[in-house]
Amino acid sequence: MSISSKLNSFWEYANPKKFLATTERVLPVFWILSAAFLAVGLIWGFFFTPDDYRQGSTVKIIYLHVPAALMAINAWLMMLLTSLIWLVRRHHVSALAARAAAPVGAIMTIIALVTGAIWGQPMWGTWWEWDPRLTSFLILFLFYLGYMALWEAIDNPDTAADLTSVLCLVGSVFALLSRYAVNFWNQGLHQGASVMRAGAITGSDTTEKVSNVFFFPLLVCMIGFVLLFIALVLYRTGTEIRARRVNALLARERVGS
Amino acid sequence: MIALLLRDLKLALRAGGGFGLGLAFFLIVTVMVPFSVGPESTLLSTIAPGVLWLGALLACLLSLDRLLALDWEDGSLDLLATAPLPLEAVVTIKALAHWITTGLPLVLAAPILGVLLNLSPSGYAALVTSLLLGTPALSVIGTFGAALTVGLKRGGLLLSLLVLPLYVPTLIFGSEAARRGALGMDISTPLLMLAGITAACVALLPFASAAVLRVNLR
Repeated sequence: MSISSKLNSFWEYANPKKFLATTERVLPVFWILSAAFLAVGLIWGFFFTPDDYRQGSTVKIIYLHVPAALMAINAWLMMLLTSLIWLVRRHHVSALAARAAAPVGAIMTIIALVTGAIWGQPMWGTWWEWDPRLTSFLILFLFYLGYMALWEAIDNPDTAADLTSVLCLVGSVFALLSRYAVNFWNQGLHQGASVMRAGAITGSDTTEKVSNVFFFPLLVCMIGFVLLFIALVLYRTGTEIRARRVNALLARERVGS
Repeated sequence: MIALLLRDLKLALRAGGGFGLGLAFFLIVTVMVPFSVGPESTLLSTIAPGVLWLGALLACLLSLDRLLALDWEDGSLDLLATAPLPLEAVVTIKALAHWITTGLPLVLAAPILGVLLNLSPSGYAALVTSLLLGTPALSVIGTFGAALTVGLKRGGLLLSLLVLPLYVPTLIFGSEAARRGALGMDISTPLLMLAGITAACVALLPFASAAVLRVNLR
């Protein structure tokens, strides 16, 4: 009995009431932690790291660019996961969490694209280049747009959740396909992955890698962005749940009167 | 299945001129291109493969909202859903009918429009082959988009927004094959990738389309 109740414990949060009660308790913690991590990471990154010997102070935009790009992709992965949970287990909280994450992910994509453009202007001499990484991010942004538009367009919440979930699954496959198709289409200017590489961290990989001076504040910023994302998604999911309750109450009132 | 296919083909041919519209759109887009970029023949022949692919893709896209909407409005889609035929087969047939009425004419018209855009002689075979391989994927992906938006009153614009990102890989490999063909290069790699995408779409997407359609018919 106790084992089964422990195994089921994660799914208890699929109960909207339980979810709201829990998130209300943990949300302040996430807000404060993310603010603290971001403040420390950004101040450390902007004021207490040396300028790069080639890129000057423009290198510091990395503290916004890389974490935003990281979250742009991970937000979609989270939507994929919650969509699957919705399709398999029919928990409304899961579908609403996917809905809540989409605008956050879209904003993260914009931040990554805009900071990249601001950095690219002095470094590459152009605001925009049809580089595979840039292009695939733009396509990812289009996927976010379509996903959000579909949510908005459908009145029945269950139908909307089903359709957007399937779109998310199919879209993931095509987004991944596009990611590698654009590689084939154009060789890019963007550097390869240079922050998180298994070999680079253990020291066995000696190719170009972000120096530790920049890496540690960047890591703090990344943690801050992850916490910020979690806080925003929990907050927005709570809002969605309440909005649905309001709608249910209004519908009941209309029937009653 | 064959009866359904014949019915869809007949409807497309006889009702409302939907059959020729995609083709006419393709023609107009191609004619508009020299007006917008100038009549220089070298420039036109450089961009011809890409423009023809994009035109074919847009012509495909435009005809999508009629793909399921008519059957949805008159209720025959409900009948098809309760018929012994699985819904997966229904959407496959719908996609096939769409391809025969829209994709195939586009493939056949593309070389003629290629002349207008001064496509280099070596490019025709590559253009037709890549379109022939790629347009079925466009129809199947489009059927998925049409199934997603079938219940909506103003689904047309949303349909484009949903479907266009899904068209990206097909467009990349298709126009790359056509471009390489026009330059006289080896086209086997993009063609194989294109064929792979088409095969995967034809094999897998009908299940997604049918699932989505079931939700919409609920």
